[in-house]
Amino acid sequence: MEKMLMKGNEAVGAAAIKAGCKYFFGYPITPQNELPEYMSRELPKNGGTYLQAESEIGAINMVFGAAGAGARVMTSSSSPGIALKQEGISYLCGAELPCVIVNMSRSGPGLGGIQPAQGDYFQATRGGGNGDYYTPVYAPASIQETVDLVQEAFDVADTYRTPVIILGDGMIGQMMESVEFKDIQKRRLPQKDWALKEHVEKGSKKLINSLYIKPEEMEPHLQKIFGKYDVIKKEEVRYEKFNCEGADVVAVAYGTVSRIVRNAIKKLEEDGIKLGLIRPITLWPFPFEAFDEISPETKAFLSVEMSMGQMIDDVKIANAGRLPVEFYGRPGGIVPKPIEVVDKVKEILGGAK
Amino acid sequence: MLKEDRRVRIICGHYGSGKTEFAVNYAVKLAAEGGHPMLADIDVINPYFRSRERSAELEKLGVRVAASSTSATSLDLPSISAGVYSAFDDHSTDAVIDIGGDKGGITVLNRFSDHFSSPAEYDLFFIINAYREATKNASQITDYIDIFENTCGLKVSGLINNTHMLKSTVADDIINGYRLAFKVSEKTGIPLRYNSGMSGLYEKLPEEIKSRFFPMELFMRDDWMS
Repeated sequence: MEKMLMKGNEAVGAAAIKAGCKYFFGYPITPQNELPEYMSRELPKNGGTYLQAESEIGAINMVFGAAGAGARVMTSSSSPGIALKQEGISYLCGAELPCVIVNMSRSGPGLGGIQPAQGDYFQATRGGGNGDYYTPVYAPASIQETVDLVQEAFDVADTYRTPVIILGDGMIGQMMESVEFKDIQKRRLPQKDWALKEHVEKGSKKLINSLYIKPEEMEPHLQKIFGKYDVIKKEEVRYEKFNCEGADVVAVAYGTVSRIVRNAIKKLEEDGIKLGLIRPITLWPFPFEAFDEISPETKAFLSVEMSMGQMIDDVKIANAGRLPVEFYGRPGGIVPKPIEVVDKVKEILGGAK
Repeated sequence: MLKEDRRVRIICGHYGSGKTEFAVNYAVKLAAEGGHPMLADIDVINPYFRSRERSAELEKLGVRVAASSTSATSLDLPSISAGVYSAFDDHSTDAVIDIGGDKGGITVLNRFSDHFSSPAEYDLFFIINAYREATKNASQITDYIDIFENTCGLKVSGLINNTHMLKSTVADDIINGYRLAFKVSEKTGIPLRYNSGMSGLYEKLPEEIKSRFFPMELFMRDDWMS
């Protein structure tokens, strides 16, 4: 496929189809509507099925069914819609079913607004539903990276039998950028011998659910799941570290905001200030290792978010009390401008003198 | 150059082709040429990147902006200001109508059909970006044009080659788009009205594109965007 100009939401759809996604269940909500629209148009042409559910809850339970049958399946929504799906996500985790869930997040709580926000960090990284679980969370910062990560997300989901979340903010969904559909590195995937499809073909019985009435069965079930999480934490952490060597301040930012920080880095260079950037690509597992080495010149970390401050908790855990951890946030659907980050960095350095 | 176009300029096309950016540039240039432009944003499709977000900046440059009747620029209600009627009814204005993409976007025009006067007053410009998946060849584009004309009852009167790769556009991109737009023009008889692109690329373009070149500035993309 040649280079094209695509909107983030369309690009997610195209990448999913390229990754072999055959089923999409969803319910409309701004700012992710172009994704179900794309899937409704393109999935049937590619041997798949698009179905608009009666609600987000309906959609996530259809995902449970398709995943349990052994198909590659996706759903998408935006913040309040993802909140509605939490019960289903918890069930998917309990039943160890692979799927990809896309959240093009907007502001909240409640209905909030339709402009981009990052207030769903806790929801995505702490497990928004009940019980002991995590889901791998990818936070792309460009449309090209979205295309690459969506394809990889399906493989990660199948490798570990887990739901995987793509957390974009509305800007990632709505923004146009050039993309290329490169073949991603193929993983060796385990056989889906647990899936209903295999059992139906063999004529054997199989029950997939998340119900473990006996505590002495539930406990080892959780230990098994958390054993997988240990592997994920070891194998799947992804981040980018930029300009950190000798930096005066190191910013931590993901998604759209990391782009703004990059712009601030250039502006600060003109004033002789070095700003570094740690950009988590996986939000869970969080790239704690990226914080291991800190230059002696670095005076503080600065978490920049489109929220009231959520990732900052992980930054504080990673920092382990070594440096001050500062925060700059624009919640509610406001996209910060590079100059605001520049001013904040100068304020931090001024205060340190 | 812009004053040779008909009084009401309607900008249509596949979504994501750069309609809004073109419409905004067009209105600003009209003001600079001494016209009385009114930019009517009747995009009910896109939730982001709508011309109404740039109202204050545009008013300063001499462009009147009429958009949604609700005051919030970021609401996704399909409400349109009654002020938009003056774009059609007030014959002293140079109207630039920025509509939403695809069939859903152009359907909105029907609400104003009883305000359309003589067809000689209208230009319906179709924006082409050869790098958009749904408009990368001539037959896809002519399909779009047919659907649009059947939806709104107006005829597309001009093609705009707005082929770009955002800030990384090179002259060859505009030339590729020109070839495609030229093919569509030959097939349909619709004239190729403008080739738009960042003004810095002008010198690198062949003469046939230079003569119909429409220099653009980016109003809708923040400096951190690609």
